[in-house]
Amino acid sequence: MNNMEKTYTLSVLVDNEPGVLSQVSRMFTRKGYNIESLAVGTTHDPTISRITIEIKTTKDKAELTCNQVRKLLPVHSVKLLSRDEAIKRELLMIKLATKDSLERNEIMQIANIFRASVIDVSTSSITLAVIGDAEKNAAIESLLEHCRIMELVRTGIVALERGTATIDEDTKEKGEFDYGKNVL
Amino acid sequence: MKLKGADILMECLLEQEVDTVFGYPGGTVINLYDSLYKYSDKINHILTAHEQGASHAADGYARSTGKVGVCIATSGPGATNLTTGIATAFMDSSPVVFLTCNVGENFIGKDSFQECDTVGITMPITKCNYLVKDVNEIASTVRAAFAMARSGRPGPVVIDFLTNITSQETEYTPLPVEKHAESGRLATLMSRPSHNLKPHEPEGDIDKLIEMIEASEKPMVICGGGVVRSRAQDEFKTFVELADSPVAITIMGGGGFDGSNPLSTNMIGMHGSQASNRAVDACDLLISVGCRFNERVTLDVKQFARNAKIVHIDIDRSEIDKNVKTDHHIIGDAKRVLEILNSKLKQQDHTPWKEYVFQFPTEQEYDYPEGDNLTPKMITDVIAKVLPEKTIVATDVGQHQMWAIQHLHFTYPGQLLTSGGFGAMGFGLGAAIGAQVGNPDQCVLHVTGDGSFRMNFNELCTAKKYGLPIITVIFNNSVLGMVRQWQTLMYDERFSQTDLDRGPDFVKLAEAFGLMGARCTTRAELETALRTALENKEGAVIECPIDKWELVRPMVPGGRAITNFIVD
Repeated sequence: MNNMEKTYTLSVLVDNEPGVLSQVSRMFTRKGYNIESLAVGTTHDPTISRITIEIKTTKDKAELTCNQVRKLLPVHSVKLLSRDEAIKRELLMIKLATKDSLERNEIMQIANIFRASVIDVSTSSITLAVIGDAEKNAAIESLLEHCRIMELVRTGIVALERGTATIDEDTKEKGEFDYGKNVL
Repeated sequence: MKLKGADILMECLLEQEVDTVFGYPGGTVINLYDSLYKYSDKINHILTAHEQGASHAADGYARSTGKVGVCIATSGPGATNLTTGIATAFMDSSPVVFLTCNVGENFIGKDSFQECDTVGITMPITKCNYLVKDVNEIASTVRAAFAMARSGRPGPVVIDFLTNITSQETEYTPLPVEKHAESGRLATLMSRPSHNLKPHEPEGDIDKLIEMIEASEKPMVICGGGVVRSRAQDEFKTFVELADSPVAITIMGGGGFDGSNPLSTNMIGMHGSQASNRAVDACDLLISVGCRFNERVTLDVKQFARNAKIVHIDIDRSEIDKNVKTDHHIIGDAKRVLEILNSKLKQQDHTPWKEYVFQFPTEQEYDYPEGDNLTPKMITDVIAKVLPEKTIVATDVGQHQMWAIQHLHFTYPGQLLTSGGFGAMGFGLGAAIGAQVGNPDQCVLHVTGDGSFRMNFNELCTAKKYGLPIITVIFNNSVLGMVRQWQTLMYDERFSQTDLDRGPDFVKLAEAFGLMGARCTTRAELETALRTALENKEGAVIECPIDKWELVRPMVPGGRAITNFIVD
């Protein structure tokens, strides 16, 4: 069971400082893991950023990597988010070449079904933005596959836990990691 | 007061009570050296032959004194030459602050002369590192760097200063170390939410361990490098005597527990004693203090301590369950954890178990061959007989390292200086220099092999220049012994590129550096040479030719169970 490769989502709270992303991502390159998805941005505290990383690996290795990341000094807390407990979303933007209004209409109909918004139109192109989880975004992508996709970009998955659970809960384990990082 | 950046750096070193630094000048650090010139009455700079030598010297200084080592190098090649030394300090958790300068603000990122991304290169081999671009950040960064290097699990820290800020002036306010956490980078760190948590108290975990010890009939304790770094030798001794448990010592744990103590089973692992490895295999409770279960210790991890509950005491939570799955762990500084443990633990008695363990040899037994030729065990015997008991031993890496650690018994932390984690050949002489500078009244022995010695013997000139009476003993088998040993045992004697049968003449080499040189082929000659070197106090290189077929025994080939010995 523990040897099965699955996609794991890690949420990491870090100091918003130069080099921190590089330190965190190094923990994955070191082991030869490919980062499937990566999203970074500041939190409600501008001195702290949140990194969301998706990797394909086994449970044991994912936990080991989490521990290595937890040890880094600029890292405040790390959580391995399980599929059931987390809400995951990403923003997908897709630019399609269109030759006439007929084609544009067809695309806009698909967009409506997926609650995607049209964010840019020109005489020969249309750009959609859609927010969804991996499945929804894959579905709209496959429906638009027969169109002429000029460019496609995704932000990477961001995730939060359901309910009141948060990433930086005061646990015994967190206390143990923080003990080793105490600078005095 | 207004000071130049480089002078602020010197003042910050003085705040940390640094009186010795190791290094090598260069274009971008010229302002630092200009300040060192001014502060030469307060800070002693040891100029090495090569930055790598300086890095190992600062490391050896740190390991032997327990203080933070300091090393200075220039940008580009100066910084890259440090990397082996930084990685060595990192793997063995040695507190060293490395100070480098990078090219100036106008040139950085333009592939300028002697420019490299020092912070990027050293990121994976430092506890943390900094690029300082503002003169106002110098004091605060140096203060943070020292705190980082010595706190928690110690380790190397690199600070890379843009060279232009070292000549800029700014206001400097002296601050005693106790107040460093109140301002600058450290204050920011202290204000982090993770530091506002209530302090982690391991009391409950310790109570659980005591229950486990009381339930155990066959306990075994591992003395790891954490005991040495935490200088917890007294607490450790009390603990194992209370627990009445045999103790195996890892390479990094050398000096954490007296190897000649009746509870010691000596070295554990690939070249561990039969008593150590068999005890770990048979015990019902294995308690590791500050050992991270490296694969050279555990060998086949699936069969490691298969009959035991494993308890891991470590300061670094990320070590728990990393290499072996544990049943219980306690996070904390070894000294503090053992203190609490000792205050609660009642005297145990494990006489039958000890009888079982100590029926196995704690040291490989050798027959002395006919004739006068030196064997490795003879050399270590003579060393133990002639040199003072407290002699600091710095080793290089390979067969000689294993022989020295197997047969010389270390009694205090900082007595054994060896590159255990990184295994850097060429570490020994630099480390010996650092140790001798930091411990001028102590005898310092550098044990090396012909291969390791040839890597960095350039530092003999440093030892000579500063009048350091380091005694180098070369186990010269004219081969790259440890690799050849593997080729002998596992590669059907296909000795690919392990013949090191070449110069120089080590006696002439020593003399060329102005040191005493001696080639000893018998015990008597070796005794005389060591005694002469001890009396002369001018440093010596003593070459001991040994047979190239000598093997480090016992040996457990990698990946096998820990009791799968090759003894003969």
